[in-house]
Amino acid sequence: MATQTRHRPTAIEVSPKPELPTKRTEARNGALMVSPAVVLLLVFFLVPVLLCFILAFTNARLVSPEPTRFIGLDNFSRLFQDPLFWKSLRNTFYFAIVVVPLQSAFALVLALLVNSQHKGTNIFRTLYFIPVVTSIVVVSILWRFMYQPEGLVNQLLQTVSFNTIQGTDWLNNQSTAMPAIMFMSIWQAVGFHMVIWLSGLQTISAELYEAADLDGTNRWEKFRYVTWPGLRATRTFILVTITIAALSLFAQINVMTNGGPRDATSTVVFQAVRVGYQQQATAYASAISLAFFVLVLTVSLVQRYLTRDKD
Amino acid sequence: MIRLFGTAARATVLAATAGALLLAGCGTAETGDGRGGTLTLWTHNAGNPAELGVVQQIVKDFNASQNKYTVKIQAFPQASYNDSVAAAATAKKLPCILDSDAPNVPNWAFAGYLAPLTLPQAMVDKQLKSTLGLYEGKLYSIGYYDAALALFAHKSALVDAGVRVPTVDQPWTEAEFNTALQKIKADGKYPYALDLGTGDSGIEWWTYAYSPFLQSFGGDLTDRESYKTSDGAINGAAAIKWASWLQSLVKDGYSPARSGTDAFADFVNGKSAMVWSGIWNSGNLSKLGADGVALPPPDLGAGPKIGGGSWQWAISSSCKAKGAAQEYLKFSLAPKYLAQFAKKQDVIPATEQAAELAPGWEPGGPKRFFLDESKKYAELRPPTPGYPYLTTTFAKATQDIVAGADPAKTLNQAAKDIDLDMKFNNYYGF
Repeated sequence: MATQTRHRPTAIEVSPKPELPTKRTEARNGALMVSPAVVLLLVFFLVPVLLCFILAFTNARLVSPEPTRFIGLDNFSRLFQDPLFWKSLRNTFYFAIVVVPLQSAFALVLALLVNSQHKGTNIFRTLYFIPVVTSIVVVSILWRFMYQPEGLVNQLLQTVSFNTIQGTDWLNNQSTAMPAIMFMSIWQAVGFHMVIWLSGLQTISAELYEAADLDGTNRWEKFRYVTWPGLRATRTFILVTITIAALSLFAQINVMTNGGPRDATSTVVFQAVRVGYQQQATAYASAISLAFFVLVLTVSLVQRYLTRDKD
Repeated sequence: MIRLFGTAARATVLAATAGALLLAGCGTAETGDGRGGTLTLWTHNAGNPAELGVVQQIVKDFNASQNKYTVKIQAFPQASYNDSVAAAATAKKLPCILDSDAPNVPNWAFAGYLAPLTLPQAMVDKQLKSTLGLYEGKLYSIGYYDAALALFAHKSALVDAGVRVPTVDQPWTEAEFNTALQKIKADGKYPYALDLGTGDSGIEWWTYAYSPFLQSFGGDLTDRESYKTSDGAINGAAAIKWASWLQSLVKDGYSPARSGTDAFADFVNGKSAMVWSGIWNSGNLSKLGADGVALPPPDLGAGPKIGGGSWQWAISSSCKAKGAAQEYLKFSLAPKYLAQFAKKQDVIPATEQAAELAPGWEPGGPKRFFLDESKKYAELRPPTPGYPYLTTTFAKATQDIVAGADPAKTLNQAAKDIDLDMKFNNYYGF
């Protein structure tokens, strides 16, 4: 498969059209094709982001007769004194620090398993991918039932341990609520990153493995010196996407715990949504979002720096 | 390269403009603000065919009764209703007639969404107090019905435990209530003596269900004299007593920390001897036959309390035909329609005239308990524009307390948060 990809003729080779379109038409076509995406980005991304930046420094409310006016850094001084914000920040990092390495490693293991040419690998690929195409809200509701005191998880624990393990009320216990959500989140999203690892694995030339075989390497050496270096670009991509996804944890919290018990699962995005919609404090929610933006940006930049091309 | 960019930019602007025009085009459709003789009516009950059916009947009758105006219904699912109203208000596209959950009325009135109602005083006086949405002394909304909370119990559980069955006139005292819990628990027939219904994660349920206990202890969500602080009300001695009491119900094993998804079904199936729930479950109570009874809450010091205020009707300030909208509301408040609501679903009719027409609601009737209870014990949630912040903060504090958080610390933080929000909002005009 890998060799096929390499020798497939590129588009330029097959279509050397005799009459090239003029630069003008080409530009117009290009603009036409890009415009739907640009319009959507402008309306649903750039405008909201700009609004968020501006609103964070005002006293804007969702429902209020008072005119919006600038109040400087008041929202931020309120934010930094808000114990819930710090708690949410800690929870968000806790989630990311556990989920990012576990999920990417687990996804790589799965990718290596389903990358072999054995019979039935397609069935496994499909199985691992099913949770990804299921709505996260549906998955969260199902897991909420499974985590109940008399739910499937506890029944299963009792059965396999011959009643020696008595499970807890997973989502209602401060120390288990977040780990329970982590476990379920990894299970749900691991298939997606497995597919990305898989695409990375298939770009590695089979010739390299053949050469390694000739050199008499074992499986670990092959992984260490052929596979791992070959996954360089994929690695960076996966690291950045998982980190951003983990930091913006929201749906599972909203469906399964509402930030509880006692704020044990409150995250920054969850807090922003709660403050912005339920408490109608648009400006304060914007300030939280802005702080979140700076946070994600910093983390991504640090990651870019650490994974940069050192040559 | 520059040329390319220029063309691309121009094309993008063109496309964006076309898109904007398209959006604007969609928006210029009939606004239903009364100018063209059409009054649009928004309601939250798309998911409730019984209630929507009565509204449709009223609208049909009203449209047939005169030929100047036509009322047109738009029903929304309850979950997205408030967002739709806020969005429509921002876009200045509110319908003429709309319904609102009672505690939101002051918020919407303060924001200028709603116009005060000028209904005949005789008509307003007939209504249950808790069906009137007042803000700054003016009537902004009026309800066709109210809801009520009650302690639903297996009568046999009380009789077997040797506990007096309380009535609206003679509710349990705090001591009697605690003894009842102890005796029922000692009997051991039910896993839980009282299910508080804590499985519902909806914010409004937490405030609606548990703030009456706080008020029964003598505390409140906010200071109802000034509406400028919650300090002393939500974290005073009475409030801390309430929080410790609520927490002890769970700690001492009378009530589950987190109820099942349907606490009432658990109660019917014998998992609990009593359940704290609402009138909407009174239909399911009949599954227990004579063993199912509805009781008033205990008097925890400042009298028994239940939450008051359900969905109510209002007129938007942007309505161009307020007179016609008032006529519609007057028309809809006829006893026969109010009785229809009480007949088709489990709600309390808003007037005595309607109660006479709805079977079971007449004095001495089997459903009468809820009307008497509501008349005597209903307490409105604080009618302040700052309510959305109060309710989210209170609900979260209560959830934390049930989960075992320190009462004083949690309530002090809640008071601090609320006071800060009030300050940030200029005390919501108070």
